[in-house]
Amino acid sequence: MKQPIGTPAGVLWTPEQPIISVVDVRKSFGAFEVLKGVSLDVKKGEAICIIGPSGSGKSTLIRCINALVEIDSGSILVENQEVNDERLDKLKLRRKVGMVFQQYNLFPHKTALQNVMMAPINVLKQDKKEVEERARKLLAKVRLTGKENNYPGELSGGQQQRVAIARSLAMRPDIMLFDEVTAALDPETVKEVLVTIRELAEEGMTCLLVTHEMKFARDVADHIYFTDKGVIVEHAPPAEFFENAKDERTKTFLGQIL
Amino acid sequence: MSDAMLDREHPAHRPFAVLLPPRERRPLELPRLNTRHVVFFVAVALVVAGSAVAQAPDAPPAAATEALIAAPATPLSVIIKWAPFLLKGFIFNIVISIAAMALGTFFGVLLGLGQISLKGWIRKSSWFVTQFFRNAPWLVLLFFAMFMIPFQFTVFGVTIPLPDWFKAIIGFALPVMANVSELLRGAIRSLPSGQWDAAESLAFPRGKTIRQIILPQCVKRMLPPWMNLYSLITMATVLASIVGVGEMLTLTAQVHAAEGGRAELFAPLYGFAGLCFFAYCWPISKLTQRLERRYNVKT
Amino acid sequence: MEALAEWGRALYEATGINLTILYDQFDQSRFISGIWMTIYLSIISLFFSVIIGVVGAWAQGSPIKAVRWAINGFIVLFRNTPPLVQIFFFYFGISNLLPYVEDADGMRAPLFTNIQWAIISLSLFAGAFNIEIFRSGIEAVPKSTLEAAEALGYTRLGAYRHIVLPLAIRVCLPALNNNLVNLLKTTSLAYAIAVPELLYASKQIWTDAQNVPTMMVVLLLTYVALVGVLVWAMNAWERSMAVPGYGQGRGR
Repeated sequence: MKQPIGTPAGVLWTPEQPIISVVDVRKSFGAFEVLKGVSLDVKKGEAICIIGPSGSGKSTLIRCINALVEIDSGSILVENQEVNDERLDKLKLRRKVGMVFQQYNLFPHKTALQNVMMAPINVLKQDKKEVEERARKLLAKVRLTGKENNYPGELSGGQQQRVAIARSLAMRPDIMLFDEVTAALDPETVKEVLVTIRELAEEGMTCLLVTHEMKFARDVADHIYFTDKGVIVEHAPPAEFFENAKDERTKTFLGQIL
Repeated sequence: MSDAMLDREHPAHRPFAVLLPPRERRPLELPRLNTRHVVFFVAVALVVAGSAVAQAPDAPPAAATEALIAAPATPLSVIIKWAPFLLKGFIFNIVISIAAMALGTFFGVLLGLGQISLKGWIRKSSWFVTQFFRNAPWLVLLFFAMFMIPFQFTVFGVTIPLPDWFKAIIGFALPVMANVSELLRGAIRSLPSGQWDAAESLAFPRGKTIRQIILPQCVKRMLPPWMNLYSLITMATVLASIVGVGEMLTLTAQVHAAEGGRAELFAPLYGFAGLCFFAYCWPISKLTQRLERRYNVKT
Repeated sequence: MEALAEWGRALYEATGINLTILYDQFDQSRFISGIWMTIYLSIISLFFSVIIGVVGAWAQGSPIKAVRWAINGFIVLFRNTPPLVQIFFFYFGISNLLPYVEDADGMRAPLFTNIQWAIISLSLFAGAFNIEIFRSGIEAVPKSTLEAAEALGYTRLGAYRHIVLPLAIRVCLPALNNNLVNLLKTTSLAYAIAVPELLYASKQIWTDAQNVPTMMVVLLLTYVALVGVLVWAMNAWERSMAVPGYGQGRGR
């Protein structure tokens, strides 16, 4: 195991250190190299947006952070825990890192409430009563009171996505990953999901978002990373990023999208 | 049937064909040869070779008995010796299956059309007959046909005998009829209702709509499950031996008795019977799967 | 009970329809035990065939090539040979190759009885179909759903237990129902190895009482009723498992 520069692995994490530290991560699918040495740091309570053209490796990068995708080389530290390690306790990692997907991926055979309660009960073996109380609060928080007993098939895309957010929060994670969570939604329902995420970020949840919503990124993000073809082209606070991007690729991309 | 299918593919008969991207018609490609095929062909070759060897005139019975006493025949030599005899029985099974399928399909289509009849009583009775024969075990239906159909009947003073094998064909045709009826109903229901509307708006009478527009489209959907049904009925023909119609399993039992009724011959003899059916039904089921995939229909 | 017997006798005298199972104690008990035997064969074979299906579907995903081959060979072989030949092959062929045991009276007896052989061959026959049914059900669960479970910290086994299997069962229920109805119908083949099930009992009755047409109709109606009960039960199960917005409009 290569010792990463910066934070030493295994040492007890303190809030002053980056909560996520990605150092020189490389990943190939077959002959195609998706990540060509990516590094980034996230501090506790920050909201980070990763933007960039499709196929630039954004989704792969955040999937690596909770070990859904194994990396080829480099280092990912989450609260000083090395993710790229066979001895990694995946359960421990995934308690800390919640994830929301583009396609919601709710469990269709369970109601909204059951979807939120399932993992804490089955995986964390927590008390059912306590979990239910928490789940109801979380559903209220994402403004879904009254929909507890509906099945995913009966909810709109935006409602399903908010259930998915509540489901992740039920594990009481320290970090939330959002993988293009509004990309599959109808334009009318995008807003309700973004509002929920924004509230989370404002409450101090560490959020890492892959998104195409530029206005949202500008309003909410503390820092923006721009990726293209497997590398981070540049990163800056939103105001600086949107006003005077330095790299030609970023300018072209923003020119197309804004 | 094939004309109708070709017609439908012709742009002139598909008013919206010009709007659709041209559909690629892949020829049904031959399967790639793999080890399983080789094993299969070797098995078939063995069966054929075995029957060829056994075509040689049989030794006189006395000599055979002597040989039996001197050295009991090995299972393989027994099978080689009797293969032509058994295969003749197998051909009889095939004949029964084809006849039952033809008969059952004909009446099944009528019954299936009865199920979509506009007259309530026809629809209800067709539905009842279909469900009744679909839910009865095939062996019981065979008994039904053997016992309930008279061995001869007289029309206008002419006595027509009904041999057992003919009754067996009717017995197998009954479940085929019920299943085809249900397949047809399912296929018709799965057609978009726009087809009926379009035909009606073109002033097609109902009979013509069914014959010229609905049925040709159903053929394609019904073909894979229909072939599946054929394979099932072929395998069911051995039931005829239970009700005393001499087919392959009857002959197998006879061969076993003729060879002295030795217990260790059971497995090879019934194994051979199984192999014959396998060699016939497996290619059918492979073809069915390919058609299913090609037409993208679920059975 | 007595009234029923009385009615049966009256019916016979008035119309000639001879329902011996109504007034003849012996025929009645034969017929009823035949029904029970058919139900017994069905339930036990159903149980084992589902086990074979689940284990087979799981083994089909094995990384060992030989295991996958063996399972596929088993499926292809049992689906494409007549079930009656399978029963004969086991009951006559295999039974004779197995060692004999001594029964309670010290007599030499085969290892399995005809009823047990019927159960074995019926389970294998229906199991071969169940494997494919279950496998297609598992394949129908999207990979992304499994991924979501993984992201929530489920282990592979936990995800199978709580998410994949409950979903797969719902997808394959219609096909499974069909196969189980078929299994019930196929139990009549046990007649050929003298298992005293419904058909066997009925044949004994009509041979003794010479009431073939009557008994034939009774037999057919009994089977249709049994199948009807099974179909009704399975449909009720299917409905109770139904989830709003999931799996509707699938199939035909």
